Amino acid sequence: MGNSNSKDGSSLEDFGIEYASAVESTSLVNIKDKYGLFIDGNFVESSSGKSFKTLDPSTEKPLSVVTEASSDDVDRAVRAASVSYEKYWKKMPGADRARYLFRIARHLQERAREFAVLETLDGGKPIKESRDVDLPLAAAHFFYHAGWADKLEYAFPQRKLEPHGVVGQIIPWNFPLLMAAWKLAPALACGNTVVLKPAETTPLTALLLAEVIRDVDLPPGVVNIVTGAGKTGSAIVEHPEVNKLAFTGSTEVGKLIQRSAVRRNLPLTLELGGKAPHVIFEDAALDQAIEGVINGIFFNQGHVCCAGSRLLVQESIADNFIDRLQKRIELLRVGNPLDKNTDIGAINSQAQLERIDQLVKAGIEEGAEVFKPSCSLPENGYWYPPTVLTGVQQSHRVAREEIFGPVLVVQTFRTPEEALEKANNTPYGLSAGVWTEKGSLIHWMTERLRAGVIWANTFNKFDPTSPFGGYKESGFGREGGMHGLAAYLKNSGGRS
Amino acid sequence: MSTSNITFRETGSSIKVTPVDEVSLEARAASLATRSIKTNSKRAALHLAIRCMDLTTLEGADTPEKVASLCQKAKRPDPSNHDVPSVAAVCIYPEMVHHAVEATKGSNVKVASVAGAFPSGLSTIEARTADIADAVKRGADEIDIVLNRSAFLAGDEQRAFEEIVASKDACGKAHLKVILEVGELGSYDKIRQASMLAMAAGADFIKTSTGKISQASSLPRVLCMAEAVRDFAQQTNISVGIKAAGGIRTAKQAWHYLVVIGETLGTEWLSPEMFRIGASSLLNDVLLQLKRLDSGSYSGPDYVTVD
Repeated sequence: MGNSNSKDGSSLEDFGIEYASAVESTSLVNIKDKYGLFIDGNFVESSSGKSFKTLDPSTEKPLSVVTEASSDDVDRAVRAASVSYEKYWKKMPGADRARYLFRIARHLQERAREFAVLETLDGGKPIKESRDVDLPLAAAHFFYHAGWADKLEYAFPQRKLEPHGVVGQIIPWNFPLLMAAWKLAPALACGNTVVLKPAETTPLTALLLAEVIRDVDLPPGVVNIVTGAGKTGSAIVEHPEVNKLAFTGSTEVGKLIQRSAVRRNLPLTLELGGKAPHVIFEDAALDQAIEGVINGIFFNQGHVCCAGSRLLVQESIADNFIDRLQKRIELLRVGNPLDKNTDIGAINSQAQLERIDQLVKAGIEEGAEVFKPSCSLPENGYWYPPTVLTGVQQSHRVAREEIFGPVLVVQTFRTPEEALEKANNTPYGLSAGVWTEKGSLIHWMTERLRAGVIWANTFNKFDPTSPFGGYKESGFGREGGMHGLAAYLKNSGGRS
Repeated sequence: MSTSNITFRETGSSIKVTPVDEVSLEARAASLATRSIKTNSKRAALHLAIRCMDLTTLEGADTPEKVASLCQKAKRPDPSNHDVPSVAAVCIYPEMVHHAVEATKGSNVKVASVAGAFPSGLSTIEARTADIADAVKRGADEIDIVLNRSAFLAGDEQRAFEEIVASKDACGKAHLKVILEVGELGSYDKIRQASMLAMAAGADFIKTSTGKISQASSLPRVLCMAEAVRDFAQQTNISVGIKAAGGIRTAKQAWHYLVVIGETLGTEWLSPEMFRIGASSLLNDVLLQLKRLDSGSYSGPDYVTVD
């Protein structure tokens, strides 16, 4: 029991014990050479014949070729949705719609490993996250909304509501399957038909979901999945027969969509960027707060709109906290996303990697101090180490702009008032986190923080029953819970 | 929660106690339990588990013969394979100490004795320290005492602290392990407080449980204690050891504990000087796993000795 200093951060490897390279087998996944567009219940070719590759970002190796939907293809998809709405879905009792949603949920559970592996291959996120977070939550969203399908009049008593008809949905690359579930489940539960576009870098799990949708015999045209980039998305947004739009993605694109939707007075929900404050008070459970901060910013490589990317730590504990944080970061395992021991996977794309790199460089130029752990990064693929920027001031770009990567910026505060002022001083308002053992301070903060989701003594907890969405440039409208359902229904006039 | 006023006996400086968040602590422990280990590292891990093991018998029916048999097993866990290391210590009652000293002579197996009105600690401090001194006199290298939970839970932390100080003094050169009996403390906050209190009072090791109640060691409880040890080392530069005891029966569980200790405290703690697993039935499972690594197949319980 010597007096030696503790040497946190040394790893088990130094001791001759290595974690297994416990790589999940990809044999379950059958990736096709080429994928068509899922329109009217079938996989079809594009009218233009254009296609694009989707890569494994951890190796840069191409996984498959995906069809690029032209505006004609989008038009076909919207018409299929429109016909299907009139022919099947509008007339179908809620209990019957629920049966389809339950079936989709069960198929997702049964094929969870296959989906998880594919999600990790196409997007670069660690298998432990796709396995333990994305898949269970995606299934939970279908289960939850299945339960509502025949109970909508109880969700909204005294109101006469009806579905919008054809809904256009555009989703991002950070949670490809989960975002599809967030969008599809409430839309279908409320009786809408859908044209959905997954992100161009991560289309594969949405296409596998299309197979599930076909396998559960959902009437053709109720869900149509078209792949492509900005042009395809814009064709959905501009299509005159789309009656409602839902978008999750960047604030920049969200603003374009809003411009178009406003012109046509189209109902719209936007779930956009964020720059969430993660506030640590001096009386917090510090060891767990460290875990919360780690989870808040490094979960999914920081590709999370609600990531806790701005750490606000009380000055009295700041040095100690940052020291602990850096020691903890040394233990993070960056590498092969399919390895079950991996904590941080690959950056989703070259473009995103460049953006992260550029913003961090800007931060250093503006005077921030940078901390990166000593971990080695794989040679091929897109990688960025977990990074902490300290000495960051409110006016620095890295404190104001969304980095959307594994980069935490650290600021300090002295009083709750100052914490609040700094926390709210951002164009965004999606999420926030508060760590303190003092219950009254949690209430004081949560009443004043302008963020759609606030976590106290935890972070990044999601549940289909809980509405999710933002303030200000983080968007509007909510997904999940009854608030999320409401977005997919409109007043039909009169009262029931 | 109330942060108690704990002062470090060596320097008189005050020790800060950080609160613990139950949900996040348990989530972290669960995530560490999903780490998987390379097959060719398994032998190293299993050998390490054996080297950190305290073979224990604490029954009223213990006899010199029973203790001799335990000591033999401790020295040479697998008679058919000399590569298998001996365990760290045998843990017994004071009455059995001299038998164990005799039986372990010439080996590096230490003799640990529970003492000080084990397992409740509810005797006068004079009786408790006399018990400790007696066990030391009989040749015990290590003394396992219990925290006075009665005083601690009644809010008389000062008394609980002073009793440990007195016990430490009674130990002389023997190492002092303080059993917190975490299953009786009621919350992780209390476990953290008790850990800090015991370390500040001079414990060389903090230990989870007596093994006499059903709520014993668990991964989150040991993680909670390991975080306290890390914090104490940061505040005082003193590295205190951890002993997990009770309910650890399988090689896989033992591995999870090694991961929690290794990832929380660093590899410096992965040695018998800084980490112990107190167990009675664990060793045979570890031996069976080692045999499997050699032969490729599982042998039955009759291929390891029952002691």
